[in-house]
Amino acid sequence: MDLFIAIFTGTIIAATPLIFAALGELVVEKSGVLNLGIEGMMLMGAALAFWAVTAGYSMPVAILAGALAGAAASLLFGVLALTFLTNQYAAGLALAIFGSGVSAFLGRGFGSEPIEALHGVNIPVLSDLPLIGPLLFRFDPMVYLALLMFVAISWFLYRTKAGLVLRTIGESPQTSHAIGHPVIRIRYMAVLFGGAMAGLAGAYLSVAYTPLWVENMTAGKGWIALALVVFATWRPLRILLGAWLFGGMTILQLQGQALGLEVPSELLSALPYLATIVVLVLISRNRQMLALHFPASLAKPFRPAN
Amino acid sequence: MHPRLELRNICKRYPGVIANDDVSLSIQPGEIHAVLGENGAGKSTLMKIIYGAAQADSGEIFCDGNPIAAHNPAMSRSLGIEMVYQHFALFESVSVVENIALSTSSAFHLPSLADKIRELSLRYGMPIDPHRQVHDLSVGERQRVEIVRCLLQAPKLLILDEPTSVLTPQAVVKLFETLRQLAAEGCSIVYISHKLDEVQELCDSATVLRNGKVTGTARPKETTSLELARMMVGSKLPEMHVSPSVPTEKPVLEVRNLSAKARDHFGVDLEDVSFAVHGGEIVGLAGVSGNGQAELIALLSGERTHEQSDAIRIGGTAAARLRPDERRKLGLAFVPEERLGRGAVPSHTLWENTVLTAHRFGTVRNGLVNRRKASGFAAGIIDRFKVKASGPGATAQSLSGGNLQKFIVGREIALAPKLLIVSQPTWGVDVGASAFIRQTILDLSRAGAAVLVVSEELDELFEICDRLLVICQGRVSPPLMRKTTDREEIGLLMTGRTMSKDTMASGSGDVALQD
Repeated sequence: MDLFIAIFTGTIIAATPLIFAALGELVVEKSGVLNLGIEGMMLMGAALAFWAVTAGYSMPVAILAGALAGAAASLLFGVLALTFLTNQYAAGLALAIFGSGVSAFLGRGFGSEPIEALHGVNIPVLSDLPLIGPLLFRFDPMVYLALLMFVAISWFLYRTKAGLVLRTIGESPQTSHAIGHPVIRIRYMAVLFGGAMAGLAGAYLSVAYTPLWVENMTAGKGWIALALVVFATWRPLRILLGAWLFGGMTILQLQGQALGLEVPSELLSALPYLATIVVLVLISRNRQMLALHFPASLAKPFRPAN
Repeated sequence: MHPRLELRNICKRYPGVIANDDVSLSIQPGEIHAVLGENGAGKSTLMKIIYGAAQADSGEIFCDGNPIAAHNPAMSRSLGIEMVYQHFALFESVSVVENIALSTSSAFHLPSLADKIRELSLRYGMPIDPHRQVHDLSVGERQRVEIVRCLLQAPKLLILDEPTSVLTPQAVVKLFETLRQLAAEGCSIVYISHKLDEVQELCDSATVLRNGKVTGTARPKETTSLELARMMVGSKLPEMHVSPSVPTEKPVLEVRNLSAKARDHFGVDLEDVSFAVHGGEIVGLAGVSGNGQAELIALLSGERTHEQSDAIRIGGTAAARLRPDERRKLGLAFVPEERLGRGAVPSHTLWENTVLTAHRFGTVRNGLVNRRKASGFAAGIIDRFKVKASGPGATAQSLSGGNLQKFIVGREIALAPKLLIVSQPTWGVDVGASAFIRQTILDLSRAGAAVLVVSEELDELFEICDRLLVICQGRVSPPLMRKTTDREEIGLLMTGRTMSKDTMASGSGDVALQD
């Protein structure tokens, strides 16, 4: 039973950074902008949050710092892609490389000492329930925040006028502009939001998931988040399920390594990445659904005509 | 009483062209006013100026007697001026009610807006379901959505830009009823068109434009179409020489039981399509766009192949599995609907564009392009088909639509094809060039080639075709002889109804709803 609880909670925790990053990218892509730089923004968020903790700031402040660092990094991308209309693929890749370089530079002074990780919550009564308590009510607050973001983003995209405007800008910015929506301003807001979410994902990695600083500690999770958005065919619920699948595979392969399976550990470590992509490819084969949810203007630069 | 809208001495210059030159007109409340003119006469520019999407260089605009100073679309809306664009400004991935909610400033409450849309659309006789997704709607239904969107604002002046170019004849009748009802309620309507018969049927008055200038005003109902046409074109209309066709015994193109799934959600499945085109005749394929034409053309040109190889035969050879170049070797030439991008590479020169399809005619040898041959080939086309271009070195995108189309049609005809497939030969091409292109196609067929013309313009099909097919929802009708059929019959087939007794009895009124 303890093993089950460990696998379940481990899955949820491992999925949390992906949920943040992929939901943020979903909002960006739904507005028709492709930001490939999630990995870089996550690393900036991770570095800043870690620094804030070692400098003695409180946990909420540190996590906020991570979000702001991600947003600041995304602003760089936004200026390039939205104001100067550079190629979005190039600008995003540049941001990914830039972020990993800058975070490595900042992290030189961090040392290799772990910090005290973000605590789990302790809700009176609920957290003490047998079985249910350890399964559902002892996570750290960021886990609940990620789920809250899922609900909020789903509601925003499909139930509010602002969400409708965002989605239609992703389909045809020309038409939106003709109707009178401020396309560039809305895209900037989406990009900044996506950056902040990636920053939160990075902060979660460095102050809660593995509370120490390692260079390039995101280990490709930013790229997985990017793939999640595409293979989840731009739908929030599928992103959530895909993230949990990735988390589950991560924990299972760790358990496998601990049990001493006769498989090279490098292969086992690759398993979550492989399994997530295979499953997502399989469920995204339906081209009709893809065509319906795909933001038609994705990665196409837009300049309002006069 | 002040006119609803008055334009005084409007001038608008773009680099190299004067789009509007001293244009004045006035429209009374409840009047349906036509703005007639050829493509490029300055109609669309004038409408943009009225709507505020473009600013006039000089001249004044008055609305209900008050001058409009700083003009923009938001100002137009506040004055009650609404515009239905030729190319609809609708988002495909969301529903009708969401589309309309995006452009209204009222509170975001979809259920109450949906009720309003349903009620208003019924009142004006053009029912739409507010909860349908736009990508599922036909072009006619999309236009209704645009019109209802305007009507929700209770407009005082409604501008319609070429509204009937994509509608079936029955849907046009229905649209006119709606417009008359609106006008009777006091709304003024500006109706932009180049179709004389429609203007004569619908409009109270007309302003005719040519080369940006007003060449006349008229009461269309009391003016003959010949007089109106003279004002529009300025000279005598070219005449078509149609000689009787002598079809070959064996068909050049034979399509038998061709079925194919659409490639994506927005396409149409083809179901059991069979027809034949003989040498020496022109067969027309009529139909409202989006009924499977794109799929059929892709299968015929070879852009898409089909596993059942004898479903398409060209000159007797089973061709359905052949690539486009292999089909061209059998004598196929093809003019696609999109001139820029499919028919020609926009940024390349005309001689480079000839190499694309004429590579077997000496322009490429041992894998190397023979520039001189290709240039000569292009110069020959420019000369023979009277293409207005600076020479073989002009880029494709520098030519006007009509001239580029003449060049592409000319290039394909210069290949001396046994079978020519042409899609929308005169879309966006002015009257003079259209007549020339049609005559060229006719001459090719009378010289023995088989020709298939896919077009949405019934006038065009009736003018040049010997037999007509109608495509609707992926099915193709049996052939109809041009001489024994009429628009009514074709129109009914376009909406998916046949001329059986029970459908005749129900009248044509609700047929338009089916499109």
